[in-house]
Amino acid sequence: MSIPVLKFDAVIVGAGGAGLRSAIQLSEAGLKTAVLSKVFPTRSHTVAAQGGVAASLGNSEEDHWTWHMYDTVKGSDWLGDQDAIEFMCKKANEVVVELEHYGMPFDRTDDGKIYQRPFGGHMSNFGEKPVRRSCAAADRTGHAMLHAMYQRNVKANTQFFVEWMALDLIRDEEGHVLGVTAMEMETGQIVIFHARATIFATGGAGRIYYSSTNAFINTGDGLGMAARAGIPLEDMEFWQFHPTGVAGAGVLITEGVRGEGGILRNSSKERFMERYAPNAKDLASRDVVSRAMTTEIKEGRGCGANKDYVLLDITHLDPATIMKRLPGIHEIGLQFAGVDCLKEPLPVVPTCHYQMGGIPTHYSGRVVMPQGGDMNAVVPGFYAGGECACASVHGANRLGTNSLLDLLVFGKSAGDSAVEDLKAGRAHRDLPKDVADKTLARISALDNRKGGANVHETRLAMQRTMQDHAGVFRFSDLLKEGVSKILEVEKAARNLEIKDKSMAWNTARTEALEMENLIEVAKATMISAEARKESRGAHVRDDAPDSPEFPNGRNDAVWLKHTLFSPADNSICYKPVNMQPLSVEPVELKTRSY
Amino acid sequence: MERADYERLRWRCIRRALLELDITLTRFLDGGEFEKLNGDEKQAFVELADMEDHDLWDLLTGKAEIDDPRLAHIVALIRKS
Repeated sequence: MSIPVLKFDAVIVGAGGAGLRSAIQLSEAGLKTAVLSKVFPTRSHTVAAQGGVAASLGNSEEDHWTWHMYDTVKGSDWLGDQDAIEFMCKKANEVVVELEHYGMPFDRTDDGKIYQRPFGGHMSNFGEKPVRRSCAAADRTGHAMLHAMYQRNVKANTQFFVEWMALDLIRDEEGHVLGVTAMEMETGQIVIFHARATIFATGGAGRIYYSSTNAFINTGDGLGMAARAGIPLEDMEFWQFHPTGVAGAGVLITEGVRGEGGILRNSSKERFMERYAPNAKDLASRDVVSRAMTTEIKEGRGCGANKDYVLLDITHLDPATIMKRLPGIHEIGLQFAGVDCLKEPLPVVPTCHYQMGGIPTHYSGRVVMPQGGDMNAVVPGFYAGGECACASVHGANRLGTNSLLDLLVFGKSAGDSAVEDLKAGRAHRDLPKDVADKTLARISALDNRKGGANVHETRLAMQRTMQDHAGVFRFSDLLKEGVSKILEVEKAARNLEIKDKSMAWNTARTEALEMENLIEVAKATMISAEARKESRGAHVRDDAPDSPEFPNGRNDAVWLKHTLFSPADNSICYKPVNMQPLSVEPVELKTRSY
Repeated sequence: MERADYERLRWRCIRRALLELDITLTRFLDGGEFEKLNGDEKQAFVELADMEDHDLWDLLTGKAEIDDPRLAHIVALIRKS
């Protein structure tokens, strides 16, 4: 079967913040650049980012990139690579000012500088006091950022392939990456994008969880493609959770609800936080509240038919106060829980928000993997940035506003490295004879299979398994059981059946292909989480509690290392954390406390 | 509406930037509400679905209003669904 081949200097998969930032570098260097996206670029999930982007501009008060670096290393619970963290924090001012020049409408101070606001975890003078470091455009920072970068790409003649889904990474026998196979959704046609450089900017995979703040589009397509091409996934056990998402929907309920007097209750209507945090109660920190909620659910005191959520009660508050101080909460209750929160409590559950792990990269944006004794051998022709990549700057936990910074810095860095490699002479390499065989076989299997598994049911089984067994607070027995369960779900995910066989706009097929990517991420997460027998950052285990020997349950002697999960044989190896920054002294290990 | 046109619209509703819209619009389409609309109403829905995510969400939560009565009518139907 003859498959059309489109030849570009560079192909970028994903048109969110990281993809658009990479594309600017490539197109402005005069390289023929294609960007593939499942949706129109300004519908990417970057739009949902509200908080801002961190940069030590010092517009409102003294600030320095070394302070930002310290906060990021500490936030990462020392799992972040300090060379990559220095690179990111040092570059922050440059990428924010560039964005300003692209037309980004940042909020301003009275004297016309970029306005900066404080944000959790960002401090001055190595953890002394909060500092104003976040640059924002009202509450639409991600949206404004995407628009500014999209316009810049249009000017630079970047070629967009909108409503195209990349399906598989093309690698030759020597391991070079030569592009991707992709499907045009309007026609169902499969096309080969043959490129000298391939950049993944496909975002996270938060939809592996039943309760997730991520939009439906976050199906980990880049991670799935990398995994199928034999590239390991790094630190996939680390996911950031928010304590209160609407059960079954994932839509966030702001912490302000508890601030105004909201009370968490279990199935006996007990105010259970009194047992876990007698002083702070419902206003304890995010991780304490999330752990308490999970424990209540695990011990059978959850609510509903499946006893899998707790209740957030504000019925004792004055309705006028709720409507005035918590605008939107009433509407969210009605729309997403079917509950009038003035009369009934809201069902809530700890909810997945951000993926810290991903495709292993160097801070230059080049993808790396173990090869011949080198734990960080470059995969020629392959680059990644943003949430799909693991540089690793977020380590075991991400600081707020560092996600938009990540996609700007590492999107640009991946683009710059690709330009450098292409200018150094990297040419189009011959496509393997069987270039599209695996893709075509997957599509054909989906179209012809009878008696296979239902996509919706399989996705639900995966999401339930991840939520119940590898949620915000983890238990040894549940993780072990979770590994067996997710391997069972994997069997179903490799045996999907779709009823709709049409070519044009076959969303059933697209969702089945997304499911094949999600399961790779879910499996990597469960097995990596079961294997890491300590608590660190967002990975908190019941059997690795706080103790004098291991504060917060962290065990640096054994576990100060990155997980590398190989999907082909479900094996794990580890590589050291880079504790050596590029130009300054390392941030020495100590207990993470705020 | 032709099958391909409907499926294109559906894709543009079930893969939004904001989770809130994914859920709300998917429910409207897959719950059969869209099918009940007449031709003009369907066209108005398509126009709404083309809006930027934050702008559409502001309409659906009542934070913003829209002058066009055709679109306002569909906003009201989605809010009720």
